[in-house]
Amino acid sequence: MSFGLYIERQSPLHRLAPSVKLAALLAAGIGVFLVRDPLWLLPVLGMVGALWAVAQIPMRQAWRQLRPLAVLMLLFLLVHGWLTSWTLGFLVVLRFAILVLAAFLVTTTTRLSEMIETLERAMAPLTRFGVNPAKVSLALSLALRFIPLLYDRVREIREAQRARGRERSIVSIAVPLLVRTLRMANDLTEALEARGFDGTVTADAPKPPKPRR
Amino acid sequence: MSTRDIVHIALFAAIVAALGVFPPIILPLVGVPITAQSLGVMLAGSVLGARRGGLAVLLFLALVAAGAPLLAGGRGGFGVFLGPSGGFLIGWPVAAFAIGWLVERTWQRLDLGRAFLANVLGGILVMYAFGVPWIAVAAEIPLATAFTGALGFVPGDLVKAGIAAVVAVTVKRAYPIIEAKTSA
Amino acid sequence: MIEILNVSHRFGDRLVLDNITLTLGEKRIGVVGGNGSGKSTFARLLNALVVPSQGRVLIDGLDTRREAKAIRRKVGFVFQDPDAQIVMPLVEEDIAFGLKNLKLPKPVIAGKVNEVLDRYRLTHLRHQHTHTLSGGEKQLLALSSVLVMQPEYIVLDEPTTLLDLRNKRMMQKVLAGLDQRAVVISHDLDMLDGFDRVLVMHEGRIVADGPPKAAVPAYVRMMDGLE
Repeated sequence: MSFGLYIERQSPLHRLAPSVKLAALLAAGIGVFLVRDPLWLLPVLGMVGALWAVAQIPMRQAWRQLRPLAVLMLLFLLVHGWLTSWTLGFLVVLRFAILVLAAFLVTTTTRLSEMIETLERAMAPLTRFGVNPAKVSLALSLALRFIPLLYDRVREIREAQRARGRERSIVSIAVPLLVRTLRMANDLTEALEARGFDGTVTADAPKPPKPRR
Repeated sequence: MSTRDIVHIALFAAIVAALGVFPPIILPLVGVPITAQSLGVMLAGSVLGARRGGLAVLLFLALVAAGAPLLAGGRGGFGVFLGPSGGFLIGWPVAAFAIGWLVERTWQRLDLGRAFLANVLGGILVMYAFGVPWIAVAAEIPLATAFTGALGFVPGDLVKAGIAAVVAVTVKRAYPIIEAKTSA
Repeated sequence: MIEILNVSHRFGDRLVLDNITLTLGEKRIGVVGGNGSGKSTFARLLNALVVPSQGRVLIDGLDTRREAKAIRRKVGFVFQDPDAQIVMPLVEEDIAFGLKNLKLPKPVIAGKVNEVLDRYRLTHLRHQHTHTLSGGEKQLLALSSVLVMQPEYIVLDEPTTLLDLRNKRMMQKVLAGLDQRAVVISHDLDMLDGFDRVLVMHEGRIVADGPPKAAVPAYVRMMDGLE
């Protein structure tokens, strides 16, 4: 997928199954909340850093993820240093850093398409509660198909409004965007029905669930 | 769930993504970004109603979690849910659902005031009910402190609720989707 | 054989089709008419996207009111705006979409997709994002995605309106080569030259019907008269 955060490398982390990486992330997420001493979190952060090196992901990517949080982290540190203890402050900051960096490592070593497949499979048990995998899978594909189109629409509408000196008004962009999109929804629905979509077929699984309409 | 419902859900997920092109305004002092994307959440609820609006936002978040950098500023992946503003993101689909629920209840008499109220209750109250406790837990600060900190965003969110109300009422006049559903 | 029997259709209070009866058996049929003449609704009758308020539409004897599913397999539909009918992120996925809905086995789908990609010279684009295609490529993809299902009839709703001249000619050539029977709604009068029959619509009625040589001039006269 052209707009994923995936970074192509040859590494054991890239080859690992997405579900394994997600399980590890979940375990790490629970783990860091059980630890109460920031000194114990330092080696964990070191480990995440080491995995980062194994996956050959550039370090400036790590900084790009952490930078938006920097102000808030500093604030948490100061609030704790002032009101409770510096130890607690460092604990909180380290914890967020580990979580965000570990999660990003999972994202950046897994293709978007693989991750979507994994999520779709994880949803399979929900079939019993009336979730239709064919429809979920269509919704995901349609969204991926139309996101770039709607980016272009926003750009077009902004340009048109700029010509009238109104590009800073969100209302004058949102209203035409919504009306045009809802109109397209009609055509798109007809197109799906004309091509025989009836919610009984998943994108890849050949065995269809019972139709529900 | 009809094919048309799926199309609406997918296209609104794409709209929330597309609203991410507006650069986030970072409030000084507090540091959490204000984006047009949470406006998209309000619009999903106000225009599509509870079920479809909530699912549209859920679909958007599923793509973000899977690694599509669709959040304003090009962020994505599971990390965004684990960071300090993760609770607000988790609250998004619930907020869209709540707004939609309120809007559906008042659909026949929907005016600016009612639409604004629905967006304040659903888009601000519900959103904060998820976002603030998560900050309190993850940053280990008292709930009251986290709440005080979050108050800084209320003015910005009130403005967004107002914008969402204007857009929702205008779009309702041009293209009433919720009505179309109940009469079909 | 397409049979349209005493068909009228209303959207709310508006009468869009007014008591039309026709039998269409020719291989190339064109439909022309001004904006709001009802030609788009007429096209949608033919594959059950619109079921008429009154009257019946039969495709090879199948009634669109009851056999929508079977009729959609028989009658392919190409819309005016390819952006609203390309539904998948990748070119090959979009071509495979309709076949998956028919629940064909995977190897069969792959074979048919390859064949169509090859026939319409789209193979080099197969892994491309549909969003990145040019206007002409998009319309060709939209058509290929319908043709891959091997319909017996194909209905095209203004397939060249959004295209430039070069792509218009390309589409015209592709259409001329189709084995299927085709009903083409069009504003492009020169497109109808080699057709067997042309219907002229006005205010929901067929006001002229015949070979292009007779029907097209009648249409032009009518449009001039309306000014």
